[in-house]
Amino acid sequence: MTDTDADAGWFAGHAADEAAGSDETAARDRIATGEADRPRDWPALAVESGFAESTDEYYDRLHDATVAATRASVRERERADDQQLIHAVRAMDDCERTANELAERAAEWAGSLFDDAEPGIDGARAVAAREPETELERRAVSLAECVADLAAERDALAETIDRIAPAVAPNLAEMAGPELAARLIALTGGLESLAKKPSGTVQVLGAEDALFAHLSGRAPSPKHGIIYTHDYVRNTRPEDRGSAARALAGKLTLAARVDHYAGERRETLHEELRERMATIRGRAQNETGGDADDTTEGDA
Amino acid sequence: MSDPELPDGVERREIAGETGLATRGPTVYGEPTADGWRAWDPERSKLGGMFELGLDTGLTGGETVLYLGAASGTTVSHVADFAGPTYAVEFAPRPARDLLDAAEPRNRLFPLLKDARKPETYAHVVEADLDVIVQDVATRGQATVAARNARFLAADGRLVLAVKARSEDATAAPSDVFEAALDELRETYEILETQRLDRYHEDHLGVVATPR
Repeated sequence: MTDTDADAGWFAGHAADEAAGSDETAARDRIATGEADRPRDWPALAVESGFAESTDEYYDRLHDATVAATRASVRERERADDQQLIHAVRAMDDCERTANELAERAAEWAGSLFDDAEPGIDGARAVAAREPETELERRAVSLAECVADLAAERDALAETIDRIAPAVAPNLAEMAGPELAARLIALTGGLESLAKKPSGTVQVLGAEDALFAHLSGRAPSPKHGIIYTHDYVRNTRPEDRGSAARALAGKLTLAARVDHYAGERRETLHEELRERMATIRGRAQNETGGDADDTTEGDA
Repeated sequence: MSDPELPDGVERREIAGETGLATRGPTVYGEPTADGWRAWDPERSKLGGMFELGLDTGLTGGETVLYLGAASGTTVSHVADFAGPTYAVEFAPRPARDLLDAAEPRNRLFPLLKDARKPETYAHVVEADLDVIVQDVATRGQATVAARNARFLAADGRLVLAVKARSEDATAAPSDVFEAALDELRETYEILETQRLDRYHEDHLGVVATPR
């Protein structure tokens, strides 16, 4: 009982580590990545299990281990860089596109061999689970397996982006969500170049075709580019979407600048955007009760 | 202002011509010092503000503490000066770098780069039956964070919490936000005292509570 209790602590398994001569690194890793469902009286358990002679010694070792572990984690999180994020988001898009394309081919082939082949990624997963009986079936099933693997890789990449985007750009990732943050960085080639873009450019990033059509006099100016995927734009009624996109782009630009030049979370930015969005969306409600529209239109 | 409730190790001293709270320890953020005492600016620290406003935090000095939202270590360095073993949790890497500088010379201050919303990621390090949790996190769901971390507190332990209204909902009236947060807190804690910290920190509520 006592053994299993101590096993859940960060200092568990120290005897084996000491023998292997990697005590410190192992302890550091366990502090950084370990988990326990509930806390226990670790100082007493550590003394009991022989990890430390006394509570005092335990705390000394805990101090050294937490400082070392936190220093290592801080360095790692700070080194996560924008170029890695760009690779990840582009690879994710390639995996998704390729998986869909191959899924079509796999479904068409499987449809000629099996009765119940469904189209799409899910259909490919079902085919991949089959037992092939002939050589042709083997090839079709194998192709479907590739589709399933690519789709799984796409999901794994999305998870990685979710984890590293907040480390690369904490404010941008919080405001835009990890995926959109990564796409904005990828579209401009890096956090630094995104930080140097005017907000009007950020507003139409990803809508280059529409922008050039507009510039050559063939179309109205685009209201939004990739930021359309953000809830603040997409779920605002059409007549207010331009304002919403302008407000969001303005704050995203500031978020990118804070992330690049200061690197710390700035709550006021997020508050200001929430307030501004509340005003813009409030218009829809105010419409019936006459015009209470704001006069700060151009502030974004 | 009289100070009947200051913990041992926190004193009102005259430093650089001004009388205010102070603790004894290595300097952290360029604060003025005198005779080894460091001035504790209530404008920069919610806990400092609570002491100045006379909240009865129940702190007497020497406690084991879990500090959630340690940021750069400004407040937690003062806490470690007068308390016992102090666990400092901070999620953002940049301020955590400064927190490390505060923790390095304090051998009972333990810095952890962890998310306060996920206590299971540090329950293998932070001990059970703590005397005090100090919480100052600027995220949504501050009451939820307090509830999830209640598992670390002793039955007679204290939660000393600063609720930031604007982190929950920037558009609602702070008093409504505070009411909602207190209602949620009451599911896990008994509230002992509350006080607005506006003199030092706008739209913040200081809360002292104990587990139910």
